[in-house]
Parts: sequence; C-alpha cells; structure tokens
Amino acid sequence: MSLDAKIPGGPLADKWDRHRFELKLVNPANKRKFEIIVVGTGLAGSSASASLAELGYNVKTFCIQDSPRRAHSIAAQGGINAAKNYPNDGDSIWRLFYDTVKGGDFRAREANVYRLAQISNTIIDHCVAQGIPFARDYGGLLANRSFGGAQVSRTFYARGQTGQQLLLGAYSALSRQIAEKKIEMYPRREMLDLVIIDGQARGIVARNLISGEIERYAADAVVICTGGYGNVFFLSTNAMASNASATFRIYKKGAYFANPCFTQIHPTCIPVHGTYQAKLTLMSESLRNDGRVWVPKNPEDKISPQQIPESERNYYLEEKYPSFGNLAPRDVASRSAKEQCDMGKGVGETGLAVYLDFADAIKRDGKEEIEKKYGNLFQMYEKITGENPYETPMMIYPAVHYTMGGLWVDYNLMSTIDGLFVLGEANFSDHGANRLGASALMQGLADGYFIIPYTIGGYLAGTNLPELSTEHLAFKEAVSAVESQIKTLLSINGKRTVDDIHRELGLIMWDYCGMSRNNNGLQEARGRVQKLRAEFWENVIVPGSDKDFNQSLERACRVADFLEFGELMIIDALDRQESCGGHFNEAYQTEENEAQRDDENFCHVSAWEYTGADNEPNFHKEPLSFENVELTQRSYK
Amino acid sequence: MNKFISLTLRIWRQKRPNEKGQFETYPAKDISTDISILEMLDVINEQLTLEGKDPIAFDHDCREGICGMCGAVVNGHPHGSEKGTTLCQLHMRHFSDGDTIVIEPWRSRAFPIIKDLAVDRSALDRIIQAGGYISVNTGGAPDANAIPIAQEAADKAMDAAACIGCGACVAACPNASAMLFSGAKISHLALLPQGKPEAAKRAIHMLMAMDALGFGNCSNERECEVQCPKEISIVNIARMNREFLKASFFSSEK
Repeated sequence: MSLDAKIPGGPLADKWDRHRFELKLVNPANKRKFEIIVVGTGLAGSSASASLAELGYNVKTFCIQDSPRRAHSIAAQGGINAAKNYPNDGDSIWRLFYDTVKGGDFRAREANVYRLAQISNTIIDHCVAQGIPFARDYGGLLANRSFGGAQVSRTFYARGQTGQQLLLGAYSALSRQIAEKKIEMYPRREMLDLVIIDGQARGIVARNLISGEIERYAADAVVICTGGYGNVFFLSTNAMASNASATFRIYKKGAYFANPCFTQIHPTCIPVHGTYQAKLTLMSESLRNDGRVWVPKNPEDKISPQQIPESERNYYLEEKYPSFGNLAPRDVASRSAKEQCDMGKGVGETGLAVYLDFADAIKRDGKEEIEKKYGNLFQMYEKITGENPYETPMMIYPAVHYTMGGLWVDYNLMSTIDGLFVLGEANFSDHGANRLGASALMQGLADGYFIIPYTIGGYLAGTNLPELSTEHLAFKEAVSAVESQIKTLLSINGKRTVDDIHRELGLIMWDYCGMSRNNNGLQEARGRVQKLRAEFWENVIVPGSDKDFNQSLERACRVADFLEFGELMIIDALDRQESCGGHFNEAYQTEENEAQRDDENFCHVSAWEYTGADNEPNFHKEPLSFENVELTQRSYK
Repeated sequence: MNKFISLTLRIWRQKRPNEKGQFETYPAKDISTDISILEMLDVINEQLTLEGKDPIAFDHDCREGICGMCGAVVNGHPHGSEKGTTLCQLHMRHFSDGDTIVIEPWRSRAFPIIKDLAVDRSALDRIIQAGGYISVNTGGAPDANAIPIAQEAADKAMDAAACIGCGACVAACPNASAMLFSGAKISHLALLPQGKPEAAKRAIHMLMAMDALGFGNCSNERECEVQCPKEISIVNIARMNREFLKASFFSSEK
C-alpha cells in the first residue's frame, strides 16, 4: 500500500477550507443511522464523542477508568496554545504554525500543522462558551503567558490545572449527550482488539474490568483516542493505567505505526527517589518562566544550595542559549540536564537532579506574586519531597512525558485501515520529532471538536457499509484470541511479578532508547527486550481469575504489549540514522551537541507494518515536503 | 533523609459487592518514608502476589492528586488526615515507626463496593449528567473575549471547578451527602455569565438527581470541607442553596 496522506491541493492557508467543502456530507436525518465507537475519554475522545453525538450520530464511548472524567489529559498543567494574538505581541496563525513545525524539528506534516494553528483560536472560543474558568486580567479579558520555548504569549491557562479544566469541559459536553441518550457510556472497559470485516474497521472487543467478561461491540467506524505509550519506560509522568495496548493491537491488525522512536522527555520532573517509586511527577514547564536552572560548578560542594555563592553556580541554560535561556525547548533543556549530571555535576542524593531556583524571582516580584502563579505546583512539590521550594531550590530531572509517534493517519485522521480514525496523542500527525509546550491540549481538542466531525462524515457518506451483527465470525475469532491470551497469562504461574518485569523493561528502554541513543546500545537493548519478553511468557505470575476485578491481569495484558512494542521503538530508532527533536543519536550531533538532522535521507515519516510475531516489520515511507517553511538547523542560541 | 519504618496495616478485604468483608492484618516492614501510601500498597501487593495470595484491589491512576480516581479512608479520615491531600499524595513520612494504619473503602449507600477498597462512584457522573454543563454545541461560539468576566468571578469559579470528583466529601459526611460535589459544580457554572441561562434548571435537576441516587442531605457538619483534598469551600453549598431557592421561587423550572 502506498502511503497517501491525502493532503488537499491549493495554497496552505486554504487547504482545510477547501477540504471541508470537498468532503461529502451525511444528511442530518441519516446521521442517526450510523453507530460510532470512540475508545478513550481524554481530551480527544471526550470532545470527539460529544461533537459527534451533537451532530446526531449514535456514539458508544469506552474508557478504562471508573469515570470518563479521569483520563490522563487531566494532569496537563501548563496551558493551551492559540494564535489569538490578544497580547498584541506579534503572534499569528502563521507564527504558531511555523513555531510548531520548527519545534518538531521539521518532521511533521505542514498541512496538518497549519490546520492545527487555524483551529487553535476556535478551540478557545468554544472552551470559554463551555464555562472553562481561564485566567483573566483585571479588565476581565483572558490572560496569556509565554510557555515552553515560545517568544510570544499565546498560552491560555486555568491556574496550574488547564488540562483538568479543559477535560472537565469536554466531560460535561459528553455527560450532556449521555443524558440525551446519544452516547452510551461504557466505563471500566478495556479495548483488547479491533474487529475488521472486509477491510473496514467494524467493531471492538473489550474486557469488562469488573466482571471480566469479554464483550463485543459493532459500529460503522471506530475512533481511537487512547493516548501515548510513555509507560513503556515504566517510570514516566503518564498515569498508571496509560498504555499502548489498543494502538499496538491495532498495529498487529494491520494499521501502520509511525515514528515510534519519537518520545519526549520533559525537563522539569521531580527526581526519582527509590526502587518502589511507581511513577514520576511532572512540574509544569511554566516554572521555567521564572525559575533559573543551575548546578554547582564544583560537584564536591555538598553544602546546601542557598549557601553556594553566585560565582560558584553554573546557570548552564542561560550561558549556552542566551536568547532562550531557561525557556529552551524541552528536548534541549532535558539533554542539557543529563549532560550536566553525566559530568558528575548533578545534585541531590542520587546525583540525578539539577536545581530550579526561584530566589531571584521571589526577590524581584515578591513571594505573593510567585505564589499566585505557581502556588499549587510549589505545594505539590513540597508534598512529594518534603522540601519548601520558597526557601530551598527545587530539584528537577527529565522524565518521559509524551510520545509523538503513534498510529499513522492521513489528513482525515484515518489510519491505513478504512473506518479506523486515530485522534490525539494516539496518532503521530502534528508534533514531528518534538512537541512544544501547551500544544498537546490544542491538538487533542482540535482533533476531537473540529476535525473528526467533518472527516468522519466524508468517510461514512462515501462508503458502502453492509449490515452486520456481533455474531460475525470476525468477532468470534477476536474474542477467542483475547480469551486464549488471558488464559495463558493466568496459567504461567512463574516467579516474577508483572511490575517487576515491567520495571526491567523500563530501565532497558530508558538507558538505551531514552534521552540519547547510539547504535550499539540500541542493538544491545533489542536483544535484552527479546530475552525479557521470552522470560515474561515463561516466568510471570498473574494471580486471580479472568472473571473478576483483577488489576494484575489488566497490567499483565498491557505489559505483554509493551514488551513487543518496545522492540518496535528500538527498530525505528535504529533505522533513523540521524538526530532530530526527541530522537538523539549520539553519532549525529553538531559541534554544539545539538541534534544533527539528515534532511537528504530522513525527511520522512517512518511507518511500520506488522508482518507476524518475530518477523521484521515492513518499512513504509511518507516523504515530507516543506513548501512553506525553510528547513533550517534549529538554533536557540 | 530517606528513613525506613515498619507498620501494621489493617485493610478491608471484600471479594465482591454483596459478599461480607472483613479487616485483615498485614505487616509492612522497612517502608521508605519517601514513598506514598499507594506505593506502600504496591509493595504489599508484590509480596502477596509472590506468596500466591490475592493482591489488594484499589483504584488509582494519575498518582499526582488530580484525576480523583484514588481514595480510601485512612485511620478514619478520607484520604488520610493530611490537609488538602489525596491518598496518592499521602507520603509515609507522616507516619511513625510502629504505627497501625487502618485502611477501608468509602462507605456510602450510593457507592457500592466493587472489591476491597474499590467502590463504584458512577452516581457522581449521573449527578453531572442531570445538568452539570452549559448546553453549547461545538461550533458557533462567539470570540472568547466577547464577554469580559471580572477576575474575581473567574477566580471563584475556578476555586469551585477544582473539584476532582473523588467522593471524599460523601465519605466524610455523616449523611453521605454529595452537597459539596454538587455545590461546587453548580457554583462554578452559576458564577460565570455563560452558565446563567441554565442556572435555575441546573440547580433543580442536579439536586433532584442527588436525592434520587440515595445521597443524604446537608446538616452543616462541615466534615466535607475539612476532608476535601482540593479544599473546596462549603461556601459553594450556600451558593447552591441560594441558586436552588431562587430557582424554586422565581423560575418556571420544576
């Protein structure tokens, strides 16, 4: 199959308008005849469910948590970008588009990113109408701040809880449609397989996490909004249940997986404290607006940070990047922190941390002002670490945070399987090799509120969809495959717990396929992942039964997939012999240790096709052409 | 800084919704004071698994105090006795060597137990479905700055909107009332001009749903406010009552 992204013709700024006109429409009276499955209720899934139901489609929505309000979008702190240019500081749709393409190190599709920037403004309008309590200025108009590497103030925020507020907005819209009986909500369900009939995505198989029953659901189209795969690293800022099973099992059913090696390491997380740590906590990047990052010049200095004189501190970001300073993009800031720690300059008990210091900001603006901006973050930090950041500099270290790779989709957000749409973090489309701060919320909502309602109509109106029931053979086969995997997992009865194996997988991935990578290490990691996978299937212990609320079994299914998926990430990282954004291969760097792209050979999307267990996946290339921006070496000097 | 303590845990175990449950005792040895109480349960569960026993079921997800998925009563306090803290953010440094910790699920007629510490809180979703929204369809909203909102109103709305829907207020209330939860949503939307057109309908419908779902009434015990991990103020209940009275007297909503 050739990879046709179906990008509409015409000038960049007109493509989306033109496409919306060219897309076929479903007659309003006919919409109620279509069933759509939406899996996941983060920003993308909730907004898609609500918008599709408002249009009249019948929607079935699934989530693994007890309520759709809990999806991990809720944890996004910093904000959401939009090109409103309210502060009059030179922003525009074009600038947001340009910043996003450049921030993604020129590995994203121009047309998709431009559309995202266009839609960004409408999202803010809609969210305000929904009652999102965004921060406001004294005059009552919306407040903006600069965020994560942007030189304009285009980020809208609701204290440090922007993701929560936007998700609760989408959840309220979803709840309204549940009340209107346009959405049937299925919480505590985990999708375990996709059902494809005659080449079309026609349903899913899901496990009822309370009863353990394997249930079947049929539809005319399936929309996947199940988020990213950061938990392949075991320790990440993702929620505990975030997983790659839906997307990975869809990949095994034939959809292509794009750029799995593009993972984002967030620079401002609370450092790891010990073996039993279950997850890492992100501190919003907005902290870098006022905090200054430094390490002691002399690593032998074991005195408390406040006592280290100014002359003995190395503000390495400000020195290396005078114009961006502490606001350098995430990948650059993360690698710089690792660099300092690798040189032995790290602080804290583990030596894997750097300081983020607010002393100057407090001196300049007063404690009250800082508290107003970051109070909840400081409180969270103190809760976790037991230290007061108003007095002692925070300690931070990078952690896995977001995954730019995902299922390959075309301009309509449809995967290589007809009728299977992929939204939000689960797809690969808009962030290239590195996502800018405050762009994830924007993308999730753009996909759900303003793209899928049009493009799914185009598909449904132009497609012949025969009647079907869940008695179809394809459903039966999917159910029996899922059941037999679960039976196997429960019968191994070995000696290592699921978490124990997951933790080991995470360490392999972090050490060899994390912030920086090299070919030898990646080869080594591939062998180790294969070995660990073999051990998992011989030596894992999963207690309990399948027909029960069995959280160990849930995790076992997810880790089984991560053990395969991790290898795909490594294969992709080995194939991409360049550095770009979040993918840093040590062999390809500039003299200043920046990622060195190879535009001649790697200016493309790598899309992988499953060819069976233990077979090499097939490689497919979607060349990226840049007609509107010039490919340049990113420089944040 | 990293200290280790040993504790005795008394944990509620219940296999199924309608089965009888009981407390069971587990020793917790050499627990790092840097880990959270949920991470301690992870450690216990790893041990139970290796011993061939059934691990303790408990709900949790984000582990950073924002998703609202976790929650249990610790030594008589929902989410434990630290102020403004969810269970996942309750760290072991707040306990001392030799302590006994009693952990049990939310207790409320409206929250049936699923297993061990996990309960069914879908009743809270149903309260929201009864009216906890502004009825705007996607598309067609005016410019975001078309309606200025005084900073104070926006701030108050945000204070109320910070609710994470964990259900601690219900667990804390002697009447198992969901007034703080409902009041927070009604206040959040009533404080904003966008929420005004439906304010009367919302207040009446959400309160009716709350009653029908088996939650009790408010008798000003103020336990909910004390235990709320997001420190939502009971001013929101007062505001809800005003909205409800206004709606009952002056609107045609039933």
